[in-house]
Amino acid sequence: MSPELVGYITTFVLAAFVGIEVISKVPTILHTPLMSGSNAIHGIIFVGALSVTSASHGTVQLWLGLLAVVLATINVVGGFVVTDRMLEMFKPRRPAEEKR
Amino acid sequence: MSHINLLATSGLTLGEGVSLLYLLASVLFILGLKQLSSPKGARRGNTTAATGMLIAIVTSLTEIHPSAGKIVLMIVAVIIGTLFGAVLARRVKMTAMPQMVAAFNGVGGGAAALVSIGEYTRLVSNSSHGVVLAIAVVFSVVVGSMSFAGSAIAFAKLQEIMTGVPITYAGQQLVNGIVLAAIVVFSIVIIGFSSSIMILTILLIISLVLGVAFVLPIGGADMPVVISLLNAFTGLAVAASGFALGNTVLIVGGTLVGASGTLLTKMMSDAMGRSLSNVLFAAVGKVTESAGAAGAVGQDQSVRSGTPDDIGVLLAYSQKVIIVPGYGLAVAQAQHVVRELADLLELKGVDVKYAIHPVAGRMPGHMNVLLAEADVKYDQLKEMDEINDEFKLADVALIVGANDVVNPAAKTDPGSPIYGMPILNAEDAKNIVFLKRSMRPGFAGIDNQLMFDPKTIMLFGDAKESLTKLVAAVKAS
Repeated sequence: MSPELVGYITTFVLAAFVGIEVISKVPTILHTPLMSGSNAIHGIIFVGALSVTSASHGTVQLWLGLLAVVLATINVVGGFVVTDRMLEMFKPRRPAEEKR
Repeated sequence: MSHINLLATSGLTLGEGVSLLYLLASVLFILGLKQLSSPKGARRGNTTAATGMLIAIVTSLTEIHPSAGKIVLMIVAVIIGTLFGAVLARRVKMTAMPQMVAAFNGVGGGAAALVSIGEYTRLVSNSSHGVVLAIAVVFSVVVGSMSFAGSAIAFAKLQEIMTGVPITYAGQQLVNGIVLAAIVVFSIVIIGFSSSIMILTILLIISLVLGVAFVLPIGGADMPVVISLLNAFTGLAVAASGFALGNTVLIVGGTLVGASGTLLTKMMSDAMGRSLSNVLFAAVGKVTESAGAAGAVGQDQSVRSGTPDDIGVLLAYSQKVIIVPGYGLAVAQAQHVVRELADLLELKGVDVKYAIHPVAGRMPGHMNVLLAEADVKYDQLKEMDEINDEFKLADVALIVGANDVVNPAAKTDPGSPIYGMPILNAEDAKNIVFLKRSMRPGFAGIDNQLMFDPKTIMLFGDAKESLTKLVAAVKAS
């Protein structure tokens, strides 16, 4: 096993524990926004799509990469925007509530 | 931003700088998730995660060296993706959010599979690949494609392009088992024996089939849990792509989503009072024989339907009214009218509360979001555990477009597919008013005995129109 691989596995295992710990207490009303927000985070595959496209040799690899770029962009942009729209619904209530 | 100073003073290489910026992006992802899980910081959490994403993307640009032609094509691809993503996300109605999340998740899974295939074909032609690469690629292709196809079916079910009723057939489990076995065999071939792109493509196709087969037998009402699970799948596929590409920020981002998504899936099925395996494999909502029998009983019984005027008077002279909102309220966009009705009743001295079932609507939190949009006072919104004992004190339980969440079969009929799901005790109220479009069963496809209860009055029609009529009737009384 290469030192890089050991490093990747370490990162993977630690990230798995952090992922579980970090959301251990979520009220039900936030389940959907949280799912949507984490959905946007896996749009990080965009970085991989750029890398594969720029390193591609030949037409097939290029088009595979470009299709991945399109899909990943939809994931990132749509994911964050839709989450923001869900959460913006929570906002106007607060000042109104304080006024009452 | 201290790392930038470090970069200047301690002479880090470009590669080390990139790694540190990826670390910063990873930290922002973790903080973002943390903030997203508390009501106070939720919106900030989304911004935090988006900032992390921006940093990761900008950083990655220093690592790639595409030709001028590729740069143009990549920019075009990004523009196309941005237009699709932004327009869809902006235009979608609040009621259609769940299927939008499914769609965005699916394309992410598809991207992960394509990235891994692209990397594999490149490295195979350089003949510089090992077993680890093959394992990562196979995992990413299988799980990413499953997520893509499964999300597409979830989208179609929620968008009602196809039926929300579970689709089952004889020998289904055998067929699914064979598909799964084929995936295992082809995976082993690629990892151990062959680096054929053809076999990898076949693997991709059967994984798409498994994704479809996996979601078909699951009912529409359970889609939120399925989408959450597929979200975790995409996360893991992205992490596997990270292994294939040797990119830590992909590993961290993907694993965070994979782990938190799995836990979130469990929390969502817990909120429905069901186990995850029950959600995934029990085909809940399929018209079973016992449910069919209950339906037959139902047809013999009579239903009492009332006029808006009768119900308006009933409401106006009540002391305590509990409103139970459901998906019908969301479809009719009736959140503002329901608040108008509630305000009017409060002026008349009626105590009004809203009982929010954890899975009312089609997503947990759906009702809270809608009612918050209509500026309903926060202290009127009561969660199930808080309000359930109050129903017996209520004069009227006003059920607006909800069904399964007040179905007493969940408590009384062990043969019912929703048996064991915690429900709102609307049947304890002195009067029950159902605002419903028709006698059609709810999204889970199960009949509701409560509609035949002698205490129950039905008011048929679109929730918004019915509520508007009730507002007029209450004003007049």
